[in-house]
Amino acid sequence: MEQRQLTCIGCPMGCPITVTMENGQIQSIEGFTCKRGETYARKEVTNPTRIVTSTVRVAGGAAPVVSVKTAQDIPKGTIFACAEALRQVVVSAPVAIGDVVLRNVAGTGVDVVATKAVAAAM
Amino acid sequence: MKQYDLVIIGGGPAGLAAAVSARDAGVENLLILERDRELGGILNQCIHNGFGLHTFQEELTGPEYAARYIDQVRQRQIPCLLDTMVLEISPDRVVTAMNRTEGLFQLQAGAVILAMGCRERPRGALNIPGTRPAGIFTAGTAQRLVNMEGYLPGRKVVILGSGDIGLIMARRMTLEGAEVQVVAELMPYSGGLKRNIVQCLDDFGIPLKLSHTVVDIRGRERLTGVTLAAVDENRRPIPGTEEDYECDTLLLSCGLIPENELSRGAGVSLSPVTSGPVVDESLETSVPGIFACGNVLHVHDLVDFVSQEAAAAGAAAARYLRGERPESAAAIPVRAKGGVRYTVPAAIHPAAMAEEQVIRFRVGDVYRSCCTAVYLDGERVWRKKRQIMAPGEMEQVTLKRADLLQRPDCREITITIEEA
Repeated sequence: MEQRQLTCIGCPMGCPITVTMENGQIQSIEGFTCKRGETYARKEVTNPTRIVTSTVRVAGGAAPVVSVKTAQDIPKGTIFACAEALRQVVVSAPVAIGDVVLRNVAGTGVDVVATKAVAAAM
Repeated sequence: MKQYDLVIIGGGPAGLAAAVSARDAGVENLLILERDRELGGILNQCIHNGFGLHTFQEELTGPEYAARYIDQVRQRQIPCLLDTMVLEISPDRVVTAMNRTEGLFQLQAGAVILAMGCRERPRGALNIPGTRPAGIFTAGTAQRLVNMEGYLPGRKVVILGSGDIGLIMARRMTLEGAEVQVVAELMPYSGGLKRNIVQCLDDFGIPLKLSHTVVDIRGRERLTGVTLAAVDENRRPIPGTEEDYECDTLLLSCGLIPENELSRGAGVSLSPVTSGPVVDESLETSVPGIFACGNVLHVHDLVDFVSQEAAAAGAAAARYLRGERPESAAAIPVRAKGGVRYTVPAAIHPAAMAEEQVIRFRVGDVYRSCCTAVYLDGERVWRKKRQIMAPGEMEQVTLKRADLLQRPDCREITITIEEA
């Protein structure tokens, strides 16, 4: 038996939720006060994912860095590997919103795309 | 002097949405003045996602949200002057500004929309004892350095204040390889959104110490450490609870203040609660023809509401320019009572209001299982149950025009919190 303590992010209530797990199976979810809390807890203990946002260096651009995001949410456990991989990336200006700056980041199958346009340096 | 029907001060989310709305309402001759090198304002440094759920039904990053509005401004060929600093607005709407190409210049505006945003409370406003070394930044300054300029301001970090920007920067600095040791919050509750506490602190094991503050800052050239202490219910440090932290960086996320130097110079009345202009239902300030929206009016949590408010200000400025003034009947004051700290708007002309007027406000404490209510004089016309309300989250009530028209003698609108 394993217990996981979560704080629901559905609203400012921030209900403390306790999930009891056994062999990776949810035994019980307690502490939520609405449906959103239960849904959130279920996802958080079985498959927690996040959109990761960061910046990467730009060569020859009007700005030194460009903001980027994972095109979809990636497993929470791969956040640091994703951030580390992005620190090695340099893209060449011009950059458009949606341009892929890194494919299949950290083996997640998800691409990282630019979220801002950067023109070439004047 | 060049003449414009409408001059918008600021090209951030509020200025952009106001410009689009004013143009769509028929204002042809308008101009946006922006002091930064690009449009988009604070959104350019808010590279995290979560913007636009209300406006676009999807989660965008700040730069993406800004780009949607910048595109709308460009499609309408609304002129903008970048790198242009507004120095003064006169009560009769002469705007004095300067930039590198035109030097000092003046514009006569038919109407002005104030959209200058807000600024962070700096160290000087916090009265923290200690030395004055390098390494102390507001969270927003650090955010700009990391996300736009490509610098990491430090490697070992303590954050004072749990405002959303501080929480976001805790995560951001961690992802960039810095060690964020702790977030200290003076109040017994966080000033930030629950979602940010979980996803920016809990996800990375960063502790949040409520009812704690910084009582000492050490270091000669560069910050070498700070001391935290617990505070009592009067927010005074409790002797014996001090803890030393070694760090090279202290980030401050201790509140945002609307930036109203220009408004003050124009003679606009400011609210002592919000530090923003006092406005009516049309978002018009005490100076005729000068409107305000976005964070210069009151600090928002969600950009979607800034865009909504700014669109309303743009439409109202267009009505003003067409000469559609509220009837001479005096405005009815909106009073904030029972835990409601302020309301926007603070007065309503029934003749000029929409069918349904949204009144936004903040509460002064955490309230559980209570109701928000609207009274017209002594009579309650609206009531809604709320599970929880907190100072960090903006609230709203709706006032129906029909309710006011049925009560032509109404002298006061009251927004309050009451027991369920």
